[in-house]
Amino acid sequence: MLEVVTVPTLTEAAAAMGPGARFLGGGTLIMRAVNYSDQSMTRIVRTTEQMNEIRAEGARVRIGAGATMSEILAARETDFLATAARAVGGPQVRNQATVGGNLLAPHPYGDLTVALLVLDGVVHLANGQDMGLGQFLAARENAGLVAAVSIVRPMGDAFRFRKVSRVKPKGVSVLSMAAHLSRSAGRLSGVRIAYGAMAATPVRVPAVEQALEGADLTPQGIAPALAAATDGLAPPDDALASSWYRREVAPVHLRRLLLGE
Amino acid sequence: MATTTTKTPVTFTLNGAEAATFVDPGANLLEVLRRNLGDLSPKYGCGQGTCGTCTVMINGQPRLSCLTLAETVEGSHVETTAGLAHGPDLHALQQAFIDGFAAQCGFCTPGMLMSAKALLDRNPNPTREEVVDAISGNLCRCTGYEPIVEAILTAARAPRRSAGRSV
Repeated sequence: MLEVVTVPTLTEAAAAMGPGARFLGGGTLIMRAVNYSDQSMTRIVRTTEQMNEIRAEGARVRIGAGATMSEILAARETDFLATAARAVGGPQVRNQATVGGNLLAPHPYGDLTVALLVLDGVVHLANGQDMGLGQFLAARENAGLVAAVSIVRPMGDAFRFRKVSRVKPKGVSVLSMAAHLSRSAGRLSGVRIAYGAMAATPVRVPAVEQALEGADLTPQGIAPALAAATDGLAPPDDALASSWYRREVAPVHLRRLLLGE
Repeated sequence: MATTTTKTPVTFTLNGAEAATFVDPGANLLEVLRRNLGDLSPKYGCGQGTCGTCTVMINGQPRLSCLTLAETVEGSHVETTAGLAHGPDLHALQQAFIDGFAAQCGFCTPGMLMSAKALLDRNPNPTREEVVDAISGNLCRCTGYEPIVEAILTAARAPRRSAGRSV
């Protein structure tokens, strides 16, 4: 029998979690599981605490875990995230789906998280602990409830995002890619690259990042990065694309992302 | 801590009238509208956020009622297709859908109408691209979408008296 636990604060919600419990944000993941009679879930925990604040903190932006994709699209502080937030679902889903839920969305969902990964995402947990987003994703099943995510505000055109789907404007990812192309003395330095739908969770791609260190953003300059596009990755097979297909098309989309084609 | 394994009271506004009911734990808004409150206008399609036929407006925003936990709409304003017409006077969107053959089997129609109404309430003179974007969360397997897009644009051009009417 399913039970619903409603509490006034996220801290109390964290205390109400346990085996079989799932935290309800916007409902796009949890209510789907309810509708499909997911028997592993015996308790829904929710809070009436407002957790959708989006605010600038120096060079960073803090986004409450309850902020929806529509709220990210409407907020001036997160204008640079518009392409990534718009890549999630249709209008109704964007009115419901939250940032916190996106961090936990199973393959092939979680396009926004790909963008947060290259923006030096830090997850603020309900227990007060902070955790790098990559570390959080690797342990996300048991990492605890999320209060907020903070990211750096990218300078100029350093941030790029691309989602590849078979159906437009609303379709599930074949893959998604994000880049933060920071430069030093005209050359790429400290670049961050992340992929979605290319592993069990959105991931950074160290092989590509290293290949871009000191490179020029030219067809010749990025050639080593394209050659390393899927090094260390075992992309999943699903109804949208095979692992082989994802591996084949990743360098093509990485080139388009990097060169702005 | 409010733990419920029995029914929970929920009160909200449905198409301008107060609605109060008791909901089962985990019940979604769509079930509550259809079974508890007898509003059969929103439909159950996919149950997973793909088809959009369960679309209703909650506080002016299009949302998926099948993915909305019923008790979360406590105190909210919910609008469904059943509230569009005023007696025999159809809403401009409904009239335009009829005139333009924008419904064939009709299963997507209530969701299309609510997505369209949410758009026109916010943006009374949308471009074609804005219309296409607004219904991008609603699937139609009959019409090929063109008559639906045309009907929404036609309704937007209709006299404001009916197009801009809320409820």
